[in-house]
Amino acid sequence: MTYLHNIGAYFIMIKDMFRKPTKWSVMKTLIFKDIDDLIIGSLGIVAFISFFVGGVVTIQTALNITSPLIPKYLVGFATRQSVILEFAPTFISIIMAGKVGSFITSSIGTMRVTEQIDALEVMGINAINYLVFPKFIALMLYPFVISIAMFLGIIGGMAACIYGGFSTLDDYITGIQMDFIPFHVTYAFIKTFVFAFCLATIPSFHGYFMKGGALEVGKASTTAFVWTSVVIILLNYILTQLLLS
Amino acid sequence: MIEVKNLNKSFGDAHVLKGISTSFENGKTSLVIGQSGSGKTVFLKCLLGLFYPEEGTISYDGKIYSELNSDEKRDLRSEMGMVFQGSALFDSMTILENVMFPLRMFTKQNKSEMEDRADFVLKRVNLADAHYKMPSEASGGMQKRVAIARAIVNKPKYLFCDEPNSGLDPKTAIVIDNLIQEITEEYNITTVINSHDMNSVMEIGEKIVFLKDGLKAWEGSKETIFKTDNKVVTDFVYSSELFKKVRQMYLEERQ
Ligand SMILES: Nc1ncnc2c1ncn2[C@@H]1O[C@H](COP(=O)(O)OP(=O)(O)OP(=O)(O)O)[C@@H](O)[C@H]1O
Ligand SMILES: [Mg+2]
Repeated sequence: MTYLHNIGAYFIMIKDMFRKPTKWSVMKTLIFKDIDDLIIGSLGIVAFISFFVGGVVTIQTALNITSPLIPKYLVGFATRQSVILEFAPTFISIIMAGKVGSFITSSIGTMRVTEQIDALEVMGINAINYLVFPKFIALMLYPFVISIAMFLGIIGGMAACIYGGFSTLDDYITGIQMDFIPFHVTYAFIKTFVFAFCLATIPSFHGYFMKGGALEVGKASTTAFVWTSVVIILLNYILTQLLLS
Repeated sequence: MIEVKNLNKSFGDAHVLKGISTSFENGKTSLVIGQSGSGKTVFLKCLLGLFYPEEGTISYDGKIYSELNSDEKRDLRSEMGMVFQGSALFDSMTILENVMFPLRMFTKQNKSEMEDRADFVLKRVNLADAHYKMPSEASGGMQKRVAIARAIVNKPKYLFCDEPNSGLDPKTAIVIDNLIQEITEEYNITTVINSHDMNSVMEIGEKIVFLKDGLKAWEGSKETIFKTDNKVVTDFVYSSELFKKVRQMYLEERQ
């Protein structure tokens, strides 16, 4: 029952997010602040993870190709496919659910606990629009983060490939250019947009509707992370089934 | 004018407000007093529409709150100012930005007009030199005063204060009490203040509602509260030694 109730409340929140919008001059600054916090602030960690995981994917693939019959350029091909299809959109989103998600839940949750949300409501402000909408808009730039992750993942693979001596630069480049299907990139970005929506709204929901004190803020952040990841993984499955098969 | 009829509010099994009826007039400071835990904050939050009462109606100048749609509710709320018990300042903004916030949201003033107005109210709450501090860098009493400044900056029609002078020294407390009373008269605001401070009662209690365990135990004014024989009220009022002595002197004088 509570699950059903929460799902209902979640969709009502989504609807309220677009109602009675906050004055644009105020909203503008909120959006820029959230872009800074959520997008710019995540670039470092995303770049770091992408580069090294891209490298590891390459090493693993290279080590598992032992048969001399399989051409060396397959390493580049496999890296490109896994980075573009799964690693960048899905894996990074799970990490972002931890980083961005817990930030959103705890900042909104703290505002709830210290009655700042009540203060907004009392002033006649649509607190959901005020708090969640700028995060939603900021995260519409999330595909930009993912394209950086894709690029750096492939570069990381290239670096690992050459420094580890698994294949030559030429082979790797041939590999990443081989049998390129543009729709795979479209598919990845469709997923990214959907995940961005989840990343903005699910943690906000858990922060906004939390009850209790500081301890519960921590608990709400954890719950938000779990639910955001679960939803991302499930949607990933559904979207892959729908779009690729 | 705010009219409350038969207000009931429970949290689970706990029946916190048990059928309260009363009214608060324009241009007057009304006080809701009572012991800690008697339901003052819950009562105020029901007035503000932050809690939904199970039973009873609250009307603002004839508009019954529960019958308004959500946009009308928001419009009504933009005419309210509230000082929360814990101040509830926005911690991502400076003190000046906090005070300017209602102006930014609801007026078309330009930046310097807003700053002038914020400056003016901050001076009135004796805070002329803390504009660029963050709330976390201000003391509890300063935060309280900022909250008051934020509540009155946009000249609300209804002003609610939950213990506005708790955590303030007696001198500042009186300044704040008088300030609230002044602006209440000046702008003809309907003001409701939660308090358990007898000094405020003596200073500004034009109308006093006494709550005890979620019931309205007594209602009157600062003139009548010291004369009543209602046991519940006298227990509360004369709990301090000072007031006991004053009472004794008053009774001796009468004999
Ligand atoms: N959100 C809530 N959920 C459950 N019970 C609550 C809630 N808020 C208040 N109560 C209960 O309602 C009763 C009245 O609380 P309230 O905060 O109104 O007291 P108060 O008169 O404001 O006290 P104080 O002077 O200490 O602020 C208390 O017993 C409290 O436990
Ligand atoms: Mg209280």
